[in-house]
Amino acid sequence: MQVPILKQGNYLIASVQSALSDDDLRLLRADLSDRVGRFRSTGVIIDVTALDVIDSFATRTLQSVAQMLKLRGAYTVIVGIRPDVAFVMVQLGLTLADVGAALDLEEALANLNLRRRNLHEHRVMHIGEAGGGSRAAGAPSPPPLSRAHRRRDKDEQPRSGHASPRSVEHGR
Amino acid sequence: MADESRINISNAGEIVTARQQGRMLAVQLGFDGSELTVIATAISEIARNILEHAKDGEVVISQCYHRRKCGICVVARDFGPGITDIDQAMQYGYSTHKGLGIGLPGTKLLMDEFHIVSVVGEGTTVTMKKWRH
Repeated sequence: MQVPILKQGNYLIASVQSALSDDDLRLLRADLSDRVGRFRSTGVIIDVTALDVIDSFATRTLQSVAQMLKLRGAYTVIVGIRPDVAFVMVQLGLTLADVGAALDLEEALANLNLRRRNLHEHRVMHIGEAGGGSRAAGAPSPPPLSRAHRRRDKDEQPRSGHASPRSVEHGR
Repeated sequence: MADESRINISNAGEIVTARQQGRMLAVQLGFDGSELTVIATAISEIARNILEHAKDGEVVISQCYHRRKCGICVVARDFGPGITDIDQAMQYGYSTHKGLGIGLPGTKLLMDEFHIVSVVGEGTTVTMKKWRH
């Protein structure tokens, strides 16, 4: 059965409805990878509440999906691993590296937003260190930049002639 | 033996059937919450092993008794290539396929009893039991 994927702002939400076969997983992986590129999503939430078993095969597959999405520029959060399922995963020694986990959708969205904000603050801090101090001093922090904005900045850079704080960031 | 389900394993969908049948029988036998997930996961791992290595086989799930204990017995049988070195196959993290190498050793950890018999060229039989506590 195909996994439905919803778009929510900068994020994608894939809701797994039933046990996944190899083909379903391959399809999900291709689908997510494609949409991350199309919508320039920075986060992907995979809801596994419906899964009553997560065995080594499912773990390996979720892991590979997350790693592939990471290479495409999106961070993955797994939502809704049931307590019994978590218990068995620990007993089996199964771990999910490079993947976030959250209890529910709300927490997953908060998790991704926080991550986004942290990345942004990190960026602003670096701009400050690189000589844009006058701006970082008292000015309110600008809204988070979307990828489209950043691209535009980059394109305009040669025309504007002087380095703006944002372009310093790109030079790093 | 009163209840017994026999599931042919020749595609991924049948792995799901096998673990659902196992869970159903385990509920009837009085297993609860996390034990049900343990049993279903063990069946899932062992059925996938059949599919990956032998392509074709069967899983038989039944109830079993020992003295005053009652439990669930899972037999997974295939007529595939067999396992050359069982000790190596039971090592955590060892896999001839591209898997995690957790299937067999992990399943042994999950169940109370686990026996594996394999003859190269003839096939492999795994018998495992979980007792109700």
